[in-house]
Amino acid sequence: MSQSQFDPYVQNGGTTVAIAGDGFAILAGDTRSVNGYNINTRFQPRVHEVGDDLVIGASGFEADALALVKRIQQRIDLYHDNHERKMSAQSCACMVRTLLYGKRFFPYYVYTTVAGIDKEGKGEIYSFDPVGSYEREWCRAGGSAANFITPFLDNQVNLHNQYVPGSHGKERKPRRLLKLEEAMKITTDAFTSAGERHIEVGDSVLVKIITKEGVETRIIPLKKD
Amino acid sequence: TTTLAFRYQHGIVVCVDSRASAGPLIASQTVKKVIEINPYLLGTLAGGAADCQFWETVLGMECRLHQLRNKELISVSAASKILSNITYSYKGYGLSMGTMLAGTGKGGTALYYIDSDGTRLKGDLFSVGSGSTFAYGVLDSGYRWDLSKQEALYLAQRSIVAATHRDAYSGGSVNLYHIDENGWVFHGNFDVDSLIWEAKDNENSFAHIPR
Repeated sequence: MSQSQFDPYVQNGGTTVAIAGDGFAILAGDTRSVNGYNINTRFQPRVHEVGDDLVIGASGFEADALALVKRIQQRIDLYHDNHERKMSAQSCACMVRTLLYGKRFFPYYVYTTVAGIDKEGKGEIYSFDPVGSYEREWCRAGGSAANFITPFLDNQVNLHNQYVPGSHGKERKPRRLLKLEEAMKITTDAFTSAGERHIEVGDSVLVKIITKEGVETRIIPLKKD
Repeated sequence: TTTLAFRYQHGIVVCVDSRASAGPLIASQTVKKVIEINPYLLGTLAGGAADCQFWETVLGMECRLHQLRNKELISVSAASKILSNITYSYKGYGLSMGTMLAGTGKGGTALYYIDSDGTRLKGDLFSVGSGSTFAYGVLDSGYRWDLSKQEALYLAQRSIVAATHRDAYSGGSVNLYHIDENGWVFHGNFDVDSLIWEAKDNENSFAHIPR
């Protein structure tokens, strides 16, 4: 005898990568949506513009992710009505935390990233766990292939384990902020590599680039197998 | 996680690691495990990151409200009781937090341990987290009430380094804070990898590590 039980979550896969630099923030997500070994669609946007030059990345359980993004959008609209000004990325992150922790005992099964740009023009990235713990970071990979991409980002963005040539592993390479096109190259390489080895990554990458001029969208094709 | 805090003649030292793990995966090496509640109060984070972060920001709000209502700073004792009342009211709901509240206020500097079972203890020396036993080993052997400020800061840092070496769930970097009657001061973020080699070179400890 077997009993069926309430199973409220599905893992729809998907991966997001965010990199912040001087004058820009990139938030990219692949567009494949899966259910087990089946591919449901090859174009399901995972990064969402919510106005005010803010972009939300949400992957994990698609239904929760979309419900969360919709609630964020509603709260931003309300903020405009009540305060008649743009919402900052910092305020948005603080608000997203309350939304996530509000469902602490029946969580949104979602890895969330908020990207924007601060007053000094530096890129801003905030990454969250499913119940709302968050921190500002310079780069973050989230979702199913995060464990493939994170070591690559550590090495290429934060220059971990890289040393000044000729110093015989004594002098660490100093950290520097990336330029936009450097960050784009790293993002593209992260996804093509993850797509080679992770079954839930592929089809295409939707990239949102935030600068003081606004939000630009690019699409990078990936292998379709 | 390894976190520690102790009281001594010049105030309180708070010191923590910065690793967050999700099973075998290191989710982050740059977590801020000291939560700056206000200029006079620090909280530490062990257990559920979201639970600690969320309820300690709520505590920050309650402390500010106390200040506005009573025209004076809240005591560490009262602040810690607000937090323990919260964790006790959620007992059985699955919150997970092991936190130390350190600060100064009405009644001078004080240190409390609060956890998600509803425990609230006043004390002079605590360490919390998976690496706490390792930290206690170093801390207990070097702790005295009349430590100088420099000695106290180094002992705290050295205890965390020892814990990150033996506990796989601790690592990354060390965050150091000092508290006296005027509030807290941040004393820096230090990479654990550099600190271990420095300790080996300067005090001949970690002798089992080959060069």
